[in-house]
Amino acid sequence: MLETILGLKDVLIEGTIDTLYMVTVSTLFAYLIGLPLGVLLFTTARGGIHENTTVNRVLGWVVNIGRSIPFIILIVALIPFTRLVIGKAIGATAAIVPLVIGSAPFVARLVEQSLEEVDPGVVEAAKCMGADRFHIIVHVLLGESVPSLIRGFSITAITLIGYSAMAGAVGAGGLGDIAIRYGYHRYQTDVMLFTLVLMIAIVCIIQFIFGFAANRIDKKNRA
Amino acid sequence: MIQIENVTKVFKPGAENEVTALNNVSFTIENGDIFGIIGMSGAGKSTLLRCLSMLEKPTSGRILQDGVDLASLRGKALLKAHRKTGVVFQGYNLLMQKTVRQNIAFPLKLAHAPKEQVAARTDELLQLVGLQDKADVYPAQLSGGQRQRVAIARALATSPEVLLCDEPTSALDSLTTKQMLALLQDINTKLGVTIVIITHEINVVRAICNKVAVIDAAKFAESGRTDEIFDSPKSSITRLLLGTEGGQKHA
Repeated sequence: MLETILGLKDVLIEGTIDTLYMVTVSTLFAYLIGLPLGVLLFTTARGGIHENTTVNRVLGWVVNIGRSIPFIILIVALIPFTRLVIGKAIGATAAIVPLVIGSAPFVARLVEQSLEEVDPGVVEAAKCMGADRFHIIVHVLLGESVPSLIRGFSITAITLIGYSAMAGAVGAGGLGDIAIRYGYHRYQTDVMLFTLVLMIAIVCIIQFIFGFAANRIDKKNRA
Repeated sequence: MIQIENVTKVFKPGAENEVTALNNVSFTIENGDIFGIIGMSGAGKSTLLRCLSMLEKPTSGRILQDGVDLASLRGKALLKAHRKTGVVFQGYNLLMQKTVRQNIAFPLKLAHAPKEQVAARTDELLQLVGLQDKADVYPAQLSGGQRQRVAIARALATSPEVLLCDEPTSALDSLTTKQMLALLQDINTKLGVTIVIITHEINVVRAICNKVAVIDAAKFAESGRTDEIFDSPKSSITRLLLGTEGGQKHA
């Protein structure tokens, strides 16, 4: 077994780098879209600081539809769009497009949920201090939910590891691709198991780092 | 001077579960008063405070602060008016992810005060409420009384003319209550801030309020100088409140 793995060393290293690349870049872009969307979902809701039921309902629908589409179908459906943006539809960079679009609605809901944890009394207190909406969003809603947002960020990154493996099936590269090509198509169970161990390790490391950071930053339960 | 004129607040007007929280309430709070607003639970005191702090608008009637109708304020004028009225909430409502110092400095930062001024004013306020040694701890590490002091310091940061306090002592033990009332008295005398206290505790009113308004079931019962009202109560609710002195402690 060791020999096979060592023989595939370069392939495995490349796969790991591809996976980390896809997950990092798509998580960041997913937040670039999902964070403002989540804030908007929260602030336009009934009783929110920007109450607007029409916008809220439309956004809610868009997010729900986005979250309902199976990722593997999204990848295929987005091929023309991906080609338009990246110039090709195959490879790790091309996979980032469906990864971002598939996870941004998920991020929006996670962010919305984090903001819902903020005590509405603190928002009222800020209003009474003369805070405008921008200040309330930045200092109160986002500022008070940083630990929760960090925890959501790690959930997103870990979810995207799973998604990126699926993207591997359509030629995106990465560890998922290796698991399918060697483990599934060539019946090399040892290679498949090894890539699995690598993915588990990545998940554990992400969970550990972000969990530690969130707990370190959170001052709410510190007695 | 705050003039409360025929203020009525109806929640969900027209709906089956319509609630009249305030019904044609009128009285006046003079500058420099320590004004108590007392009533039973659900009498509408908190709704009145929410109208005074511009979190709600009266359904009808108006509240004039120095002649300006609070409900007419928009945009910058509204933000400015907010800074002229400090609010101390029942649940303190502090920013839990920020230190005591950052909490007190927050309203000043919102008002774009220069850095040195923020630091100086924050130190001054920490001293006023006696929390110099707690400047860099987080609210979660403080007792209820200490959190209340942070809330008071924060409410005073922008040098407001009026300080509104919602049940400032209802969650505190008797000794802490005494200290809190002494602090409020001090703020009133030293800084000349008008203080409005919403409470259901007659002892609080008796201890520091020079004037009082009694609210009963959304309606105004009576108001005037505390000693006069308590010596010869005209309304039955005042007599009831005086009779149950030291009784139930429900917010």
